[in-house]
Amino acid sequence: MTGPTDAAPEPVFAEPWHAQLFALTVHLNESGLFGWPDWAARFGAVLARHGLGRDLDGGDDYFNAWLETLETLLAEQGMAAQADVARLRAAWEQAYLSTPHGAPVHLRDGAA
Amino acid sequence: MPHDDPDHPHALLPPDPALRVKALETILTRKGLVDPAALDAIIDMYQSRIGPRNGAQVVARAWVDADFRARLLSNPMPLLRDLGFYGRQGEHMVVVENTPQTHNMVVCTLCSCYPWPLLGIPPGWYKSDAYRARAVREPRKVLAEFGVELPAGTAVRVWDSTAEIRYLVLPMRPEGTDGLGVDALADLVSRDSMIGTGLPARPEAA
Repeated sequence: MTGPTDAAPEPVFAEPWHAQLFALTVHLNESGLFGWPDWAARFGAVLARHGLGRDLDGGDDYFNAWLETLETLLAEQGMAAQADVARLRAAWEQAYLSTPHGAPVHLRDGAA
Repeated sequence: MPHDDPDHPHALLPPDPALRVKALETILTRKGLVDPAALDAIIDMYQSRIGPRNGAQVVARAWVDADFRARLLSNPMPLLRDLGFYGRQGEHMVVVENTPQTHNMVVCTLCSCYPWPLLGIPPGWYKSDAYRARAVREPRKVLAEFGVELPAGTAVRVWDSTAEIRYLVLPMRPEGTDGLGVDALADLVSRDSMIGTGLPARPEAA
């Protein structure tokens, strides 16, 4: 934890994926997939578990717990099975590795 | 294939969690549960349109308008709705007023509940275990680390946010601000002063 923080304003989201994950969760909440109190209870439990062994920072640690919460919730609800997530994750990795630097990255048609 | 950068012949591979987020987004978009444009709109809103300026406007107005202040403290939601500072994670606001007797400070020990419509997205330290655990246990020490030294006679009251109830601290108006209008006053109101981990700036320092 640092002292007065208003002097040098930090970006709202430290990493693009923090922003994407945040937006995805808010969007799913608003479309009624889950209620926010339920979300907060689940997220709080994951944070508590991750924080047992060490102090979590408020950045990557925090959003890693957030991501685990969302993945578990979506798997439970049958919206995104673990195996599908793993397959799509691999497809995205492959897309990045096979796209020239500087070009937009897209999943190939029919990928995963 | 253009290879301008020999270190990155291919696109830079994002970290593992970023790929997992992309995987979720792809799956849900294909199922029609997510609209990527809606995600962009949400990000844009919190990156550029919603932030502590909103809360600062409310605080400054409360400093100059006694009736507004009284309503803000007793029943804030109609006021905030009229001002357009109403929305997700700000549906049930409670405004707590600092006085010479009591300094208020807000935390969320469960996760990171925070009044988004008034303050935007919480800063990293608000979400850290260090703050979440220590704000309740040793608030004065935490305040000192933020540079806030309170008179010995001032009690510290810590408010623990929940998924339903969010708090905004109404800080005390700094001395030497008698002639200032609402906008000039709002410039003195820092984000941290509305969480309770800071005090408003003095006019000469702003």
